[in-house]
Amino acid sequence: MKKLLKTTLPVLAGLILSLNTLASPAGGTLDRANTDINNQNSLQNGAKLFMNYCSGCHSISFMRYNRIGKDLNISDADVEKYLMFNGEKTGDKVTSSMPDAGAVKWFGTTPPDLSLISRSKGTDWIYTYLRGFYIDESRPFGVNNKILVNVSMPDVLWEARQNKSTEDFDQDVRDITNFLDYVGEPAKLVRVDLGYKVLGFLFVLFILSYLLKKEYWKDVKYGKWRAKD
Amino acid sequence: MDNNKSWIDQRFPLTKVWNEHLAEYYTPRNFNFWYFFGSLAMLVLVMQIVTGIFLTMHFKPDAANAFASVEYIMRDVDWGWLIRYLHSTGASAFFIVIYLHMYRGLLYGSYKAPRELIWILGMVLYIALMAEAFMGYVLPWGQMSYWGAQVIISLFGSVPFIGPDLLIWILGDYAVGDPALNRFFSLHVIALPLILVVLVFLHIVALHTVGSNNPDGVEIKKNKDKDGIPKDGIPFHPYYSVKDIVGVVVFLMIFSSVVFFAPAMNGYFLESANFVVANPLKTPDHIAPLWYLTPFYSVLRAIPPMFGSQFPGVVGMFAALLILLALPWIDRSKVKSIRYRSWPYKVALGVFVISFIVLGWLGMQPVTPLNALLARVFTVAYFGFFILMPWFTSIGKTKEVPTRVTE
Repeated sequence: MKKLLKTTLPVLAGLILSLNTLASPAGGTLDRANTDINNQNSLQNGAKLFMNYCSGCHSISFMRYNRIGKDLNISDADVEKYLMFNGEKTGDKVTSSMPDAGAVKWFGTTPPDLSLISRSKGTDWIYTYLRGFYIDESRPFGVNNKILVNVSMPDVLWEARQNKSTEDFDQDVRDITNFLDYVGEPAKLVRVDLGYKVLGFLFVLFILSYLLKKEYWKDVKYGKWRAKD
Repeated sequence: MDNNKSWIDQRFPLTKVWNEHLAEYYTPRNFNFWYFFGSLAMLVLVMQIVTGIFLTMHFKPDAANAFASVEYIMRDVDWGWLIRYLHSTGASAFFIVIYLHMYRGLLYGSYKAPRELIWILGMVLYIALMAEAFMGYVLPWGQMSYWGAQVIISLFGSVPFIGPDLLIWILGDYAVGDPALNRFFSLHVIALPLILVVLVFLHIVALHTVGSNNPDGVEIKKNKDKDGIPKDGIPFHPYYSVKDIVGVVVFLMIFSSVVFFAPAMNGYFLESANFVVANPLKTPDHIAPLWYLTPFYSVLRAIPPMFGSQFPGVVGMFAALLILLALPWIDRSKVKSIRYRSWPYKVALGVFVISFIVLGWLGMQPVTPLNALLARVFTVAYFGFFILMPWFTSIGKTKEVPTRVTE
C-alpha cells in the first residue's frame, strides 16, 4: 500500500493541482433550471407549451411526433390532437412550417433547430434565456435579452408572463426546458435506470471474480503452484 | 476432444502457441496495480472495434449527412445511443489506460534493455492511436470536429516550401470539407485499426520474447530452477488471467458509470460545441482538441512563431512526442525500478508528470498572457526531463537491487 501511495503521489499531486483550477466553469451568471427528466407531467406540459409557443418557428427535426408520444406516455390520438397542427403524420419529424426566406425577411435570421440546444447550451442556459427578456424600445420587437444580447426573437411568452404568478411562469419555463432536455437526448429517460442494473450485475461479477482469483492465488502464496503438475 | 486437438496440432501449432503464450508463459509473481493496464488496453481496443463495426453500419461519411446520421444513431437505431456512448467513452478510456500503462513503464524502467523494442513499438502504437482518435473525432461533423480538424490539419501547411501543396493533397480540397471527411472515415475504420492490431501483435510478440519486467526491475530469467522455469515466475494462465478478470470487472464498473451517468463527462469526453453542426462560416470563440491531445497542443502554442512561420511550433509539438522514443538510451541508470533509483530521478519524474498534466490543462484553456507564460515554463520542464536525463540518472546513490523479487 505504501509503495502504491509512493508511486501514485506524483500523479495525484498533478491531478489535484489541475482539478482545482478546473472547478470554475464559464458563465457563472446562469440561474439553476432544476429540471427533473423523470417528472412526466412536467415533460408533457413542456411538450404542449413547446408545440404552442415555439414550434411555429423552431424545428426539433431529429425528433418524431410518435416518439415523443411513446416516451411521454401520450396516445397517438392525443399527440395528433394536442401537439400537431399542420396535418403531418405521427411518424413525421417535428419541423416548423416557416419558410427560410420568410424568416429572414421577418426576423432577420432563420430560427435555429432546437433538437440539441440542451446539449450545446445546457438546461440552465435555456431556463435563464427564456426568463431573461426585458423591455427595450430600441429593438424591433421592443424586447432584449440579458444573456443573448440583441437576439432577434420576440418574447413569445410575454402574455403568460403577464397573466401568471412568477412561480407558475417559472414552472412553465422549467417544463419547456425539461422537454428540450429530453429532446436533446431521449435515451436519458432510460440510461440512468439501466446504469444501476449494469452496475449491480458488475458488482456481483466482481465478488465472484475476486473469490476466483483468491482461490487460485492460494497456490502462489504458499509456493505450491508447481506441486499440481 | 484429445483426438480433435491432435488433429489440429498436426496442422496448426495450437497447443504450442497456447503453452508458449499462456499456460507455460512465466510471468513475475509480484505484479501490482500498475500491471492491469496492458490487458485493459486490449479490452478497450476490442470494444472500440466491435462498437465501431456497428456504428459504421449506420453512419454516413458525407458532409451533408454525417451529423444527422449520428443523431439518427442516438435516436432511431435500437441501442444506438449505447453503442455510440461506449465508443465515445471508449476513446477517452483508451487514453486513460494507455497513459497509466506508459507511466508504469516510467516507474519501473520497463523500457530499459532488453525491452527497448517493446517501448518503441508501444510508442508507435500511441502515435497511431492519436491519429485514430483525431480522425474519429472529425466524423460526427460538429463544430469542434470541423474546426479542430481545420486547426490541426493547417499545421501541415506551415511546412516550408511544400506546405500549401501538402495541405491540398491531404484535404483533397482547399479547406476541410466532404473529401476530407470521406478519407478520414476510410483511415479511421480501415487503415489505422489494421495498423493498430498489427502493432499490438508485434508489441506482445516482443514482450513474450524477453518476458515482463516487474516492480522490482529484477530479471526473473536469471534465476531458474533445474527444470528451466524462473523461480519467481508463475504461469500467466491461470494466475494472471484470473487476476486480470478482476481488473476488467473493476474497470467496467468505472467505465459504465461514465457511459450511463455522465457520457459527456461535463464536456471533457463529448464537447458541448460538438452538438452544433459544422459551420465553415462561423468560427467558435474557443477551439480546443479533446483532453488527450492537449499536452501537445499546449507545446505547439507555447513556441512562438519564428521568421513569420508557425513551423517551429509544429516541430516542437512532434518533438515532444518523438523524444519519448529516445528514453531507453538516455536513461543511464543501472537500476530499472523507482524502488531502487536515486532521488534525482524521483524528483525529475514528479516534475515531468506535473508538467504533462498542467500542459494538458492549459491546452483546453483560452490563451491569456499568464497561460502562455505557464505553457512556456512547463514546455521547458517537459523537454528538460529528457535533455537532462543522461545527467540525473547517473548521479545520486541508488539502492541495491535484490536478486529475487520482493513480496
